Amino acid sequence: MNKTPLLFLNVIIIATCGLIYELLAATVSSYVLGDSVTQFSLVIGIYLSAMGVGSWLSGFLDNNLAKRFVEIELAVAVVGGFSAPLLFLTFANVSYFNIILYAMVFVIGALVGLEIPLLMRILKDEIDFKNLVARVLALDYAGALVASLLFPIFLVPKLGLTRTSLIFGLLNAGVGLWGTWLLENLIKPRDTNILRVKGFIIAVLLIIAFIKADALTSLAEDALFVDNIIYAKSSSYQRIVVTKGKTGYSLFLNGNLQFNTFDEYRYHEALVHPAFAVHDGNPKRILVLGGGDGLAVREILKYPSVETVTLVDLDPEMTKVSKSVPVLGELNKHSLEDSRVSVINNDAFVWLDSAETEPFDVAIVDFPDPNNFALGKLYTTRFYNLLKKKLKPDSAVVIQTTSPLMARKSFWCIVKTLEASGFSVKPYNTTVPSFGVWGYALAKLQPFETPSKLPENVELKYLNEKTLSSMFEFSADTNLPNEEIEINRLDNQALVRYYESEWRRFE
Amino acid sequence: MKFTRREILTAFLGLPFALSACRSKSENTEVAGEIVGANVNVGHILREMRNVEVPPNNWENVKVAIIGGGAAGLAAAYKLNKENFGDFVLLELENKIGGTAQSGESNVVPYPWGAHYLPVPFQENTELIALLDEMNLTEGRDVKGELVVKEQFLCREPEERVFYKGRWYEGLYLHVGENEEEKRQFAEFQKQVDFWVNWRDATGRRAFVLPVANCSRDAEVLALDKISFGDWLRQKGFTSERLFWYCDYATRDDYGLKLDQTSAWAGLFYFCSRVRKSGEESQPFITFPEGNGRFVNFLHSKIKDKTRMKTVALEIIPTEKGVDVIYLNTETNEIRGLHCEKTIFAAPIFTAKYLIRDFKTNPPEFVKEFEHNAWFVANLFLKDRPKNRFPRDFPLAWDNVLYESPSLGYVNSTHQKGIDYGAAVFTYYYPMCAEENARAKLFALNHKELADIILTDLSRAHPTIRELTEKIDVMRWGHAMISPRTNFLWSTARDKAQKPFRNIHFAHSDLSGIALFEEAFYHGIRVANEILPG
Ligand SMILES: Cc1cc2nc3c(=O)[nH]c(=O)nc-3n(C[C@H](O)[C@H](O)[C@H](O)COP(=O)(O)OP(=O)(O)OC[C@H]3O[C@@H](n4cnc5c(N)ncnc54)[C@H](O)[C@@H]3O)c2cc1C
Repeated sequence: MNKTPLLFLNVIIIATCGLIYELLAATVSSYVLGDSVTQFSLVIGIYLSAMGVGSWLSGFLDNNLAKRFVEIELAVAVVGGFSAPLLFLTFANVSYFNIILYAMVFVIGALVGLEIPLLMRILKDEIDFKNLVARVLALDYAGALVASLLFPIFLVPKLGLTRTSLIFGLLNAGVGLWGTWLLENLIKPRDTNILRVKGFIIAVLLIIAFIKADALTSLAEDALFVDNIIYAKSSSYQRIVVTKGKTGYSLFLNGNLQFNTFDEYRYHEALVHPAFAVHDGNPKRILVLGGGDGLAVREILKYPSVETVTLVDLDPEMTKVSKSVPVLGELNKHSLEDSRVSVINNDAFVWLDSAETEPFDVAIVDFPDPNNFALGKLYTTRFYNLLKKKLKPDSAVVIQTTSPLMARKSFWCIVKTLEASGFSVKPYNTTVPSFGVWGYALAKLQPFETPSKLPENVELKYLNEKTLSSMFEFSADTNLPNEEIEINRLDNQALVRYYESEWRRFE
Repeated sequence: MKFTRREILTAFLGLPFALSACRSKSENTEVAGEIVGANVNVGHILREMRNVEVPPNNWENVKVAIIGGGAAGLAAAYKLNKENFGDFVLLELENKIGGTAQSGESNVVPYPWGAHYLPVPFQENTELIALLDEMNLTEGRDVKGELVVKEQFLCREPEERVFYKGRWYEGLYLHVGENEEEKRQFAEFQKQVDFWVNWRDATGRRAFVLPVANCSRDAEVLALDKISFGDWLRQKGFTSERLFWYCDYATRDDYGLKLDQTSAWAGLFYFCSRVRKSGEESQPFITFPEGNGRFVNFLHSKIKDKTRMKTVALEIIPTEKGVDVIYLNTETNEIRGLHCEKTIFAAPIFTAKYLIRDFKTNPPEFVKEFEHNAWFVANLFLKDRPKNRFPRDFPLAWDNVLYESPSLGYVNSTHQKGIDYGAAVFTYYYPMCAEENARAKLFALNHKELADIILTDLSRAHPTIRELTEKIDVMRWGHAMISPRTNFLWSTARDKAQKPFRNIHFAHSDLSGIALFEEAFYHGIRVANEILPG
């Protein structure tokens, strides 16, 4: 049988795979690192030059070309096939991600660069040179077209990056395995068997990874990158990522969703306005702890009585991003640039412990959920006692208190801790579709009534008086559980432990 | 004599690790910093300055002289002052107050040079509780009358983590990979501890309690002092390696001795004396960024005008009327004398034979029983804290222990201040565990060599530690702590040493045989009460 046509089929597959890996690497890097023009340009440049290196290296291979070809296919199957999952994992876990990315692009490029020259040399005895070059190159470029059409239209939307990568790895492994039959008479029988075993193992591994891809992706990709990344930056404290998707823009800190433009107004109106509603006078001095996205401040500045807003957020990068990334600045109505607002970048715990300030009328406490000890300290009796020193007897405080549905004990632990610190507390909750059922605690240093009236002249998209009073009702699955709940103190960090065990159920 | 890097690392960190450290080409680059501590060689001065004459105009009269400004001397001074007994001076040879509880200051946080915590005392320890109340560290008493300390002064969680085979785990006892037998032994060990926690003698005294003076002297308990803690564990049938490690860590940490050097009484004292009732947690720790520096600085603040820093007592001469004390001001090199009625000796007990005239020629037997071990302590000033290598690694805690290291690991001074990002000061502890020639070995090393030991040790867990460290200061404690080895605590030596010699009253924590702030404080107060009229 003339096997040559089948070998030409290989060319088109190889070419498709090669371009897919290149596209994958460029997409992953622009997803996670942002700035897609630079990433695409760099990846394509490195990839093409590495292909050149591979072609050049092929000149040094003299013997056992068929065997080498199969080995290279298998190598591409491993490196290329696992490239996307590996990149996501390294992105989530190491700081020198760029180096790994570019090194990987280079290796794949060099291996792919070896493929075509080798194949051409294998085929040169079967077919005359003129036709060989014409057909191989034509098919090579045709493969590129197939890849570039498949990738955006079918692969990314239907399979996702991880599965695409694994599928094409499998194709490469297939070409390798198949090659052991096609080129059987060019490979020593003993080598053939070894190659087949290797190819088989690699194929099985890729298949397992493909089946388990859900678990792999949920480690990073699904959580972070279902949408396009428009901004990404690692500060000394966290990784800040802004994405754009069908429902709007989202902000992620260390992979945790902070808001989505589609429903963030629900979250922020519910956060800010009840506290203003229970303040008896006209609040002038406002303290915001956390909330570096400027969205709570946007709500605060709706009140004409407000004279100063002091915002304390750990991360200078976060407050800078909120001003400088256009979509964020638009969303927070440039609140952080308002002359009434002063931004302090410090750990709120350290700031409360050391800063000398006049007391505040309203304090909005909007920290990330207590998923580590450094955050857990911001929910302790000590913290609330420090906060008390910055308040007046009639000040109002509100605290975001995670989900009473997903983390019921954590929610009530914060409420209890506030009470133990001498606050009178009214917990409430609402629905923010991006988050689910979300909780807050309204607190004052003296007993107070749940708010029933909203201020006039403040434009609201979500809250009205009916929703306001309904927020203070808790359903049977979110109300205070019938078991002992510890108070969160610096020396027990009970909350972090509750939170860990409750959210772990959903991981 | 000069040693190679490999010899030094082998001596301090063990052979296999030293070999791999030397192989891995980790640069032994110079790190900024210095060896700190008394800039005078006291031993040298005491040997040189024999039979010095005090110029006639340099004599003063003072009722009481206190020798030594550690916790014990300061406690005595504080008590005298509190009782309106103002006619005393305190002599301290260093330019920093506090002895082994002294601390330093950086622009990030203050940090300890030695002692760094105090467990919350039981309600019976009224004198110490009065101090804590006075320092405004307390909130009141609970329903049972036990002291409630303010949250911010109790060690913040997470308290401890341990580094083992490349990963950090929560806690000090290593639970990961524990098998059933090891679990059983650990539970059995807890039972043994519970037994001694609940134990009472015929008069209702506890076996182990602070201060040591209140412990039962029943023969059943004192028998524990005759064997080593290691032997005791083996006699009880324990074999678990991780349990032995845990107990060995305890004795190295509290006493600077290995398991087999420590008396079983002292070993059990560590585990039992801070547990109120069986099943209850050990008393929580009171701590500050500067460690027990907070206590000694507070005591000092009350009597500042009566302290004379950089003064070494050279000779203490009992006389007909009282005691004469001759001292040297190491700054001016002036020799001065004090005619006193009484002297409080709050310097380490072994120095008595160099200081007290009658002891110089004829030292009493008990003095040589007071043996000390050597330590070194380093403060590492970091521009940023090392990052965890694995997402599941337990995060930076207050006390960070390396299972495979002969050091005790490090305490993070920024922890208690709630500073969780950026620059930090790590205090690294290394007990030399009554090694032969430990002191000579320690003092033979220069700053660069000591810094290399420390950085190499920490690089097991923190490969980037060299780049993060801006400066390392090292304190060499030649006589860091009294050694509660077998047959010392309940021999007669301590009883004898506690009796005043003529008009000299002894107060150093050495007298307890266990180096703890509570003991130093107890002896300071006790001696002040002995001296106070009425
Ligand atoms: C590394 C280390 C860690 C420790 N950790 C803890 C801990 O966490 N908790 C705890 O409770 N305890 C701890 N200890 C023990 C604790 O420091 C002591 O128990 C207590 O502070 C000792 O006080 P002291 O006054 O008895 O003795 P010292 O601290 O020894 O004070 C003696 C003082 O006398 C001075 N002196 C000596 N000779 C003369 C002289 N001739 N003239 C004038 N002055 C002289 C010395 O300079 C010194 O200041 C630790 C000790 C060390 C070394």
